[in-house]
Amino acid sequence: MALLEIREVTRRFGGLAAVDRVSLAIEAGEFFTLLGPSGCGKTTLLRMIAGFDEPDEGELFLDGKSLSGIAPEKRPVHTVFQSYALFPHMTVAGNIAFPLEMANRPREEIARRVRETLALVHLDEKGQAYPHELSGGQKQRVALARGLVNKPRLLLLDEPLGALDAKLREEMQVELINLQRDVGVTFVFVTHAQQEALALSHRIAVMNMGRVEQLDTPDRLYTAPSSRFVADFIGKINLIEVEVIDASHGHLGLRAAALGEFAAEPVPGVKAGERGALALRPELVRVTERLESVDLRNRFTGRVKELLYLGDVTLYKVQLDGGFVIEALLTNAAPGRARLFKAGDSVTVAWRHDAGVFLRG
Amino acid sequence: MDERREARESGSGGWTRWAVAGPPTVFLLAFFLVPAFIVVAASFREPGEFGGLVPLAAGWRAAFSMEAYRFLSGDLVYAQIFASSFAVAFATTLICVVLAYPLAWLIARSPRRRRDLLVLLVILPFASNFLVRIYAWIMLLGPANLLYTPFAVIAGMVYVHLPFMVLPLYTNLEKHDPALLEAAQDLGANAWTRFWRVTFPLSLPGIYSGSALVFIPVLGMFAVPELLGGTGDILIGNLIKEQFLDNRDWPLGSALSIGLTIAVLACAGIAAAGARRGLQGTEAVS
Ligand SMILES: Nc1ncnc2c1ncn2[C@@H]1O[C@H](COP(=O)(O)OP(=O)(O)OP(=O)(O)O)[C@@H](O)[C@H]1O
Ligand SMILES: [Mg+2]
Repeated sequence: MALLEIREVTRRFGGLAAVDRVSLAIEAGEFFTLLGPSGCGKTTLLRMIAGFDEPDEGELFLDGKSLSGIAPEKRPVHTVFQSYALFPHMTVAGNIAFPLEMANRPREEIARRVRETLALVHLDEKGQAYPHELSGGQKQRVALARGLVNKPRLLLLDEPLGALDAKLREEMQVELINLQRDVGVTFVFVTHAQQEALALSHRIAVMNMGRVEQLDTPDRLYTAPSSRFVADFIGKINLIEVEVIDASHGHLGLRAAALGEFAAEPVPGVKAGERGALALRPELVRVTERLESVDLRNRFTGRVKELLYLGDVTLYKVQLDGGFVIEALLTNAAPGRARLFKAGDSVTVAWRHDAGVFLRG
Repeated sequence: MDERREARESGSGGWTRWAVAGPPTVFLLAFFLVPAFIVVAASFREPGEFGGLVPLAAGWRAAFSMEAYRFLSGDLVYAQIFASSFAVAFATTLICVVLAYPLAWLIARSPRRRRDLLVLLVILPFASNFLVRIYAWIMLLGPANLLYTPFAVIAGMVYVHLPFMVLPLYTNLEKHDPALLEAAQDLGANAWTRFWRVTFPLSLPGIYSGSALVFIPVLGMFAVPELLGGTGDILIGNLIKEQFLDNRDWPLGSALSIGLTIAVLACAGIAAAGARRGLQGTEAVS
C-alpha cells in the first residue's frame, strides 16, 4: 500500500482549478518531487497534504486512512516552509524541541533527540543561539531539523532552498540527499527548478496548470518526455515541428518544413499524416566539419550562427540550410577534438535516428 | 549589525545631528529638567504663610527645612495612600491587558482595509472632553449605586487608559508572521498551545509598553478618583493636588511628587530588567 495516496483531488479558487483531478501515490521512503512552473498548484497540493486546505473534490489517504476532516496538528506530516518560519523567541534547541514537546515526550528523550538532530544537521554548537543570529543556510538546517526530529510519516518541503544562493544551494542539495537517506523519512519536495528536481528525486511529478503532466524517474523524464510541455520544461531541447510521412518500415519517416526529411524511432500507434514534434536533446546532436564523412542518415549541413562557451561544454546554434536553427551541446574535452568551431564555420550536423522522441500533437 | 548602523549614522556630520537633536534637547532641559530641580528645591523649603514659599530673602534658616519629609515619614497614612495608589495602578493595568488583548487581536486579524477604521474607533473617545466623559460615568454608575466606590475608580481608570493598552498591543500583534502559527499547528500545537507558546510570548514587548503607558499615568491621575471615588479612595495624585491647590503646602506637595517619581522610576527599572531577560528574540516583531 502506498504511504500517501492522492485520489482525483481538485481544488478551485473562484472558477479556476488550482489543482485539477490530480491522482498519485507516494511510497514510503521515497524522495518525491512536485515540479512545475510558478502558479501550477504545487503549494496548493502541499497545503492539502498538510491539512491547511481541503480538496473540493477527491480524497487523500495516508497509510490507507482518509485524511479528510483531520486537522493539521493531528496529521503525522510536518512541513519545512520556504520562509523557514522559525520561532524567533526560542533558541535553536527550543525550536527543535517544539514538536517533541507537542507530542508529550519525556524530558530526557527530548534532550537526547534534540542533541542527536542538531548533530545530524551539523549545528552541534548552535543549540543556544537564537534564529536571528544564524545565517540563511543555518536557518535552513534548523527548519529541516525541526521538521525531522519527531520522525513524521511525511516531510513536506516547499521550495526550501529557494532563498539560498547558488553555491549554498548545491551544498544543501547534497545534504538533503544524505539526510533523507539516513533518516528514512519520506520527502515530498516542491520546486520549480528542474535541475534541483533531477538531482534530488527518486520520482518527479511534473505539474502544469493544476495537472500532473508526467510522473516518472528523473532519467525517464529527461530521456523520454511524454509531452511538449515536459520536454521543454526539463533541460534544453530542440523541438522540431514535423509531419509523419512514413510509419511502415520499422522507423518513422518525418518531414519538417524548415529542415527536410529524416528518421526517428517508431512510436506505437502513430500513422502517416499525423503531426507532432520531434524533441531532440542538444547533447545528442553531433557537429562535425562539412564534407567529413558521417555515418548517420539524419544529416544536414549548415553554418554556425552563435556559440556560447561554457568552459566544460560549448552550446552551438547552427543555422541549417533549410532555415531551422538547431542547438547542439559539445564537450570541449572530447577525444580527438582538434578545435572549436567559430561563428560562420560551415558544419555538418547529425544525430542518431533513436536520439529524438516523437511527441504527438 | 545594529551597532554598525549606529556607528555609521553617528559618523555622518556632527552638526546635522545637533541641528536635529538640539531643539528638543533645549526644550526638555528648559521645561522638564529645570522644573524638576525647582520641585526638588521646593521640597526642602518652608511653606509661606499664605501659600507659596518663604522668600529666600528671609535667610537660610527661615527659608529651608526638612519639615516636609519629617511630616511625611511621621504619618503612616501617606505610606498607605502610596500603597493603595500602586494597587489601583496595578489592577488597572492588569484589567487593561485582559480587556485590550482580545480587542487588539481582533483588530490585527481583521481585513487590512477595516483595521484603520477599527483603530480610529478605539481612539475616537479622545475626540470628546475628558471631564465630560468622566461625568458620563457618574450618570452611569449613580443609578447603579456604584458611585464613590473603589469599583467606580478602577472602572473609570480602565476606561480612560484602555486605548493606551490597545494601540501598542495592536501594533505588535499586527506584525506577527502568520506562518509562525501555521508552523506551530503543523508541528502539533492546538489553538490554546499556539497562543501561549507563540502569540503571547511574541506580544510581550507590546504588553510591556502598553503597561508603562497605563501604569504611570494612573499613579498620578487625580481627576478620576476625585469625581468617581469616595472619601476613602484618595490616591497620590489627589494628595499632591490638595497640597498645591487647597492646603497651599508647596514643600509637602513637592516632597510627595518626588516620592512618586522615585517610586515610578524604581518600578520602570525593575520592569525593564525583567523584560530584557524575557524578551530574547522577540525584537523580530517588536
Ligand atoms: N488562497 C488562494 N486564493 C485564491 N487563489 C489562490 C489561493 N492560493 C492559490 N491560488 C491560486 O492557485 C494557483 C496555484 O497556486 P500555488 O500557490 O499552488 O502555485 P505554486 O505552484 O505553488 O506556485 P509557486 O511556484 O509560485 O509557489 C495560482 O493561480 C494562485 O493564484
Ligand atoms: Mg508555491
